[in-house]
Amino acid sequence: MKSDIEPGEQELVSLVEVEDAELARKSSQSKSQGQLVRRRFLNHKAAMISTVVLVVITLTAFTSIGFAGIPGWWGQSYLKSSSVINGGAPTLSLWPSWLGGPGFAIGEHPFGQDNTGKDYFALVMRGTQKSIIIAVTVGALSTCIGAIIGAVAGYFRGWVDEVLMRLTDLFIVIPLLVLAAVLGQLAGSKLGGSIFALALVLGMLTWTGLARLVRGEILSLREREYVAAAQAMGSKTSRVIFKHLLPNTIGVIVVNATFAIAGAILLETSLSFLGFGVKAPESSLGLLISQYQNAFTNRPWLFWWPGMLIVTIALSVNFLGDGLRDAFDPRQTKKTRRRTKKEEVSE
Amino acid sequence: MLKFILKRLGASIGILFAASFLLYVLVINSGDPLSDLRESIADNRDYLMQQRSDYMNLDMPWFQRYWTWLVGVGGCFALKCDLGTNIQGIEVTGLLGAAASSTLRLVVLATVLAAIAGIAIGVLSAIRQYSGLDYGVTFLTFLFFSLPVFWAAVMLKEYMAIGYNDWMKDPSFSTVQIVLIALLFGFLMQVFLAGSMRRRLATFAVSAAFVAVVIPYLLWLNFFRYPQLGPAAIVVLSLAVALSGTAMSVGIRNKLVLYPALITVGLGLVMYYATFTLLTEPNTWVLIVGGILSVAVPGAIGHFMGGRLRKTAMAVSAVTGLAFAGLTVIDHIFRAWPGFLALKPRPIGTIGSQTPNFTGDFWESFLDRGAQLLLPTLLLAIISLASYSRYTRASMLEVGQQDYIRTARSKGLSERTVIFRHAFRNALIPIATIAAFDFAGLIGGAVITETVFGWKGMGQMFTTGLHAVDPAPVMAFFLVTGTAAVLFNMLADIFYALLDPRIRV
Repeated sequence: MKSDIEPGEQELVSLVEVEDAELARKSSQSKSQGQLVRRRFLNHKAAMISTVVLVVITLTAFTSIGFAGIPGWWGQSYLKSSSVINGGAPTLSLWPSWLGGPGFAIGEHPFGQDNTGKDYFALVMRGTQKSIIIAVTVGALSTCIGAIIGAVAGYFRGWVDEVLMRLTDLFIVIPLLVLAAVLGQLAGSKLGGSIFALALVLGMLTWTGLARLVRGEILSLREREYVAAAQAMGSKTSRVIFKHLLPNTIGVIVVNATFAIAGAILLETSLSFLGFGVKAPESSLGLLISQYQNAFTNRPWLFWWPGMLIVTIALSVNFLGDGLRDAFDPRQTKKTRRRTKKEEVSE
Repeated sequence: MLKFILKRLGASIGILFAASFLLYVLVINSGDPLSDLRESIADNRDYLMQQRSDYMNLDMPWFQRYWTWLVGVGGCFALKCDLGTNIQGIEVTGLLGAAASSTLRLVVLATVLAAIAGIAIGVLSAIRQYSGLDYGVTFLTFLFFSLPVFWAAVMLKEYMAIGYNDWMKDPSFSTVQIVLIALLFGFLMQVFLAGSMRRRLATFAVSAAFVAVVIPYLLWLNFFRYPQLGPAAIVVLSLAVALSGTAMSVGIRNKLVLYPALITVGLGLVMYYATFTLLTEPNTWVLIVGGILSVAVPGAIGHFMGGRLRKTAMAVSAVTGLAFAGLTVIDHIFRAWPGFLALKPRPIGTIGSQTPNFTGDFWESFLDRGAQLLLPTLLLAIISLASYSRYTRASMLEVGQQDYIRTARSKGLSERTVIFRHAFRNALIPIATIAAFDFAGLIGGAVITETVFGWKGMGQMFTTGLHAVDPAPVMAFFLVTGTAAVLFNMLADIFYALLDPRIRV
């Protein structure tokens, strides 16, 4: 602890504030809350690596084979079959020649070919595009619904709260996968099976966790003086909720949005695997695995690539969420880290 | 308390009812159950369609179909369940029994395993916060969170089951493999035990050397095909349990706890010889009664000898007794293993919950079911282990900052007492809630696992039912999982109130 804080004051000033004050003093100007959060996030190594990985995957997926009619830089198409070379084995090699490997090479089909000779890199990139679109749509939709329902329930309390919370209970009693499977099948048969229909349906199911968290936050926020002041000045209810209450729960919302995206990727792959998600003319990473699962013994790469991509994307999004949580709410981590350091010194 | 429970029960039943209505309507609207017959060119097409309509009550309006189903379910209270007939006209009530038992076996076992391992790992990584172990565990839990279940299932099938079965034909390790395993084991042991650099090096050397000697010895014994344990090894292992249990709870020098535990081991040895012939050809009841006795008798010994530390003595003795009984069972399983291998040369199963047409004595069919259960259980346990260890860690860290922990430390209690008596017990309270939610979630995970491993369980019932737009099996599945979810949530609430008097209303 720095000496310029009076000993009596120590209990009053929380350790996080001290830390932030130190950060601010170093750059000789005070920082806003947003700047502090950004700074903490940029200092979180795992989260930064994950962000880079995610950006690279997303950019590759969308630019390589092109998107929405715009052609990409990758020469092969996911529709065109060509002759199967070397059993369709991947031509990608990262084993440098000075270590006795075949040398660094991308080759014609870096991810190999499927049994009809289609370029698997193009197929996987198309699946990745679709999976990312679904995941982001689900994340955005479930975050919006969850935040609004939670805020309304917490702000109005009483019977509104009771009804909305029983509604969330309803969604929690039916296992998520079951409800998602039923609605996925419904979306497939009634809404034509587009990936947006599936994303819409999944988004309407996964908001329950966030709604509960936001409700808890709002319940305590609404008792603050500034809310009473806003009400006394005659602000409309919608203004109080959207201008004064929800922005103060942004930490919970942002962190949960990332976890919702990670969950959505896994949910979509599970559904597609069971046959209730994305259907054949469309594509997704889960569907690719499901289509090629019997090819495992002969062409394991057909199984490896989409699986690795799912794991990498979900893992990066989870680490990103972890970094965001630490950035928005650093209480637990910093405090305990200090304590352990102190103990090490005293030993 | 009673009012609280009744109120919860009422709300839960209402929600269950509403959820069943919602699900029923969604399922019957999710497609056309007659679609395959409409395209059929069979002569008796109209007859088949009429037959299917009769089975599924398709000519009734939707609310009447739901009502018929609900009345049938209501009959369960009068012990006359009627869950309707499925698309082929088979009574779902009969199908459900077998399906539910195989799924619940899977899920309960996985939950128990995951909870025990996850809580232990969580506590360890909380104690060693910001160590290499903590970072490693954190990374692994995130990895498990991000794993698509079916992808991991196919991996397990390919590399564990088939790899192990191939290896089992002629178990052997090359010298390089033994060295690598020894180094890895030594590395993991020093990560787990930690301490100063010298202690780490010593741990590493001792455990690596131990493995390097033991593996060739086991290979020489042909242990992997003819495993054996014997009374001596059982006694040594249960003594280790007794001693470490005592050391962790009150310290090794405390005779009030140590003596009952040691007496339990002695008694166990007597029982080992007394029950030997009985356990060579047992039945399920013998095992259940034996299991109960192995906890109850040591508990009684602890009760009478424990004095002022009665509770601790009872717990440590009971755990020792249970460990001894478990090892005795393992001993008998080991004796049955060669016979089992002769019957089933590729032991680890990847399809189904038991080998069709398998005939063997009690232990052999026990082993068969165990081998079929191994991979799905392992998979489910790994995936929910991640959340258990994560929540335990967070909970332990939260508790570790409380004032009463500081008080406990400052009055000079040993670190062991602080962690196990003050921190751990309070950290367990929120875990009870997690366990309830997790159980419901695992049943969802079981749907995928059963599909991959070809189990004829509830998951399979659900997926085939939904594909055929057949509400009866889907609703039967929901009835079991929904009731389980509601029941476990309520148990968690009651548990919570019992463990934490502050929230009792």
